[in-house]
Amino acid sequence: MHIVVCIKQVPDSAQIRVHPVTNTIMRQGVPTIINPYDLFALETALRLRDELGGAVTVLTMGPPSAEDSLRKAMTYGADRAVLLTDRFFAGSDTLATSFALAQAIRKIGETWGAPDVVFAGKQTIDGDTAQVGPGIARRLELNQLTYIAKIAKVDLVARTIELERRAEGGTQVLSSALPCLVTMLEGSAEIRRGAFADALRAARAEVTVWSAADAGIADLLKCGLRGSPTVVKRVFAPAPRAEKAKPIEVKPKARETADALIDALFEAKPAMSAELEQLAAGL
Amino acid sequence: MVEKFDCIVVGAGMSGNAAAYTLAKKGLSVLQLERGEYSGSKNVQGAIMYADMLEAIIPDFREDAPLERHLIEQRFWMMSDNAHTGVHYRSDAFNEARPNRYTIIRSQFDKWFSRKVKEAGAIVLTETTALELIFDAYGVCIGVRTDREGGIVHADVVVLAEGVNGLLGSRAGLRQPPKPETVALAVKEMHFLPQETIESRFNVKGDEGVVIEAAGAVSQGMTGMGFVYTNKECLSVGIGCLVSDYAKAGETPYGLLEKFKAHPSIKPLLEGSEVKEYSAHLIPEGGYKSVPQLHGDGWVVVGDAAQLNNAVHREGSNLAMTSGRIAAEAIFQVKTRKEKFTKANLKRYPDALEASFVMKDLRKHKDMPALLHTNSRNFFLTYPELIAKAMESFVRVDGTPKQEKESATIAAFRKTRGLGGLVGDAWKIARAWR
Repeated sequence: MHIVVCIKQVPDSAQIRVHPVTNTIMRQGVPTIINPYDLFALETALRLRDELGGAVTVLTMGPPSAEDSLRKAMTYGADRAVLLTDRFFAGSDTLATSFALAQAIRKIGETWGAPDVVFAGKQTIDGDTAQVGPGIARRLELNQLTYIAKIAKVDLVARTIELERRAEGGTQVLSSALPCLVTMLEGSAEIRRGAFADALRAARAEVTVWSAADAGIADLLKCGLRGSPTVVKRVFAPAPRAEKAKPIEVKPKARETADALIDALFEAKPAMSAELEQLAAGL
Repeated sequence: MVEKFDCIVVGAGMSGNAAAYTLAKKGLSVLQLERGEYSGSKNVQGAIMYADMLEAIIPDFREDAPLERHLIEQRFWMMSDNAHTGVHYRSDAFNEARPNRYTIIRSQFDKWFSRKVKEAGAIVLTETTALELIFDAYGVCIGVRTDREGGIVHADVVVLAEGVNGLLGSRAGLRQPPKPETVALAVKEMHFLPQETIESRFNVKGDEGVVIEAAGAVSQGMTGMGFVYTNKECLSVGIGCLVSDYAKAGETPYGLLEKFKAHPSIKPLLEGSEVKEYSAHLIPEGGYKSVPQLHGDGWVVVGDAAQLNNAVHREGSNLAMTSGRIAAEAIFQVKTRKEKFTKANLKRYPDALEASFVMKDLRKHKDMPALLHTNSRNFFLTYPELIAKAMESFVRVDGTPKQEKESATIAAFRKTRGLGGLVGDAWKIARAWR
């Protein structure tokens, strides 16, 4: 079974800051991580491979430094890694990104065998669009199964897959023909800690680096900024909350302090006072 | 199958990176293990980096290493509660083509150093913790066990560069864990300020930087020191004292740091800054007398793990880098002569270290840590206060005849410490310094 997992190197959003003057995201010095949703996709893929045999290929598009995230994916146990990097890809929106990744997946298929499943995270934590996975599926004419919580069964003989999709109001149990594209939900499968042998292998491995030409991408007008219809008109940081904490004077008796606190609360939130009075009346 | 390398380096701090780089450059197969997410993610230092010792390892480091500011001014401050008496040394001679000292930010610097290690050919495994050393039936160290599945790996020699706590070495009984009276606990904050503010506040331009080291009342009578280092866009502000002193004085490290930052001489320097990082670290301060056994059959120990730190001159990373390099060179000697990695053959490392500035400097001040420790109240509280009072009296003009002022100052010293105490302290300091 050949599985392709698309990952993205993203800034660790827990450590990101917005520049107070320019309102732009300060990426400098912010550590990068593998998009957390992609790790659930990777773990699901690794489990399928461990169970059914085959290989897991991780793919990313990004700057040369994105190689770090691929090597990390190999430390977890991925068999090979492909980095799609080219200045033509700079400034890609989700349309251009899915175009380039779809081409790269075709090329991966030609090189190492057609994938049975293409995995991605449900979305990235920097763009939050959840568009790239479906975009790839459409371009490769694969069934797209989004927001998947669990893979229930894969039948390689019948070429089918059964999965559980979290939807409003419950869980859908779906079946699809292979090949297909699956985007995984958070919490679906915690990433493993790679074995020592995997860590060594990852440290020694050559990451396959493809330019646009290497990946067989001829139509450069569909790549990067030129292939991206999205326009960012304005970026702004929401105004910080103006409410300030108010000190409460500590009185000699604890009860008096508590009363002062409650009075101050009710003064600030009259609705809360009314609601509580209503509740008390009900009792 | 268990893999075997020429050499395993445990830890990717200054000493580990220096050892791994030197070994890999010389063509040995090197595996370096680091428990953090990347080299530098767990490493804490003030931090001042001394160029000569890095130059001995990577001569052209200035081309791409992330350096903050080269230091052109050193301020030593003796602090009383509301004053400081200072000695400043500033020289344009430090604006040289190859400056001698730089401030660095370890998380960035170590990443760079680690990249150099990888480029030199070593295999660096991060997020991999070495749990224990493996010994054969003859007591020869033959490898380590890590926390990853199937994580046993062998080597001819293991370089222990695991840092001040040195769990691996103490677990294996190669040395004692550090004692409270020989390690300092330092805390540090990174205060961010615009570059222009730092430059005007510290009277520097471009990449020039300033170091302030402050002793006295800021450590509440304990053996310790506070510091302010200028980086490009932030100040490293910290303070450290011996662990045993905290316990005795009932002080907390962050409590001391808060007091230090509130001192009228320090506060204006930090005005308007934004604190983005808080870190803490143990520093080995026992000096020469705490240095453990440095080598054995199949292993050597370097850097903080070997307690190689000059507390008197506040140097550590340079001793770490140098010990890593010297250990690597000794290992290379053994390897090229096709000898076994026995204790006798690895003795080249401690021998070379003894001949280097590392052990010479530590030996010079071997009595200093104990002296400052036993006499800490006098050296860190009494004298700074007396000196501050003397200076105030000297500077303030209020119509008191000079003769009277000077007599009063001398009387204050004699009254507080007694003539015997004064002479004794001076004698002890002079002897320990010699």
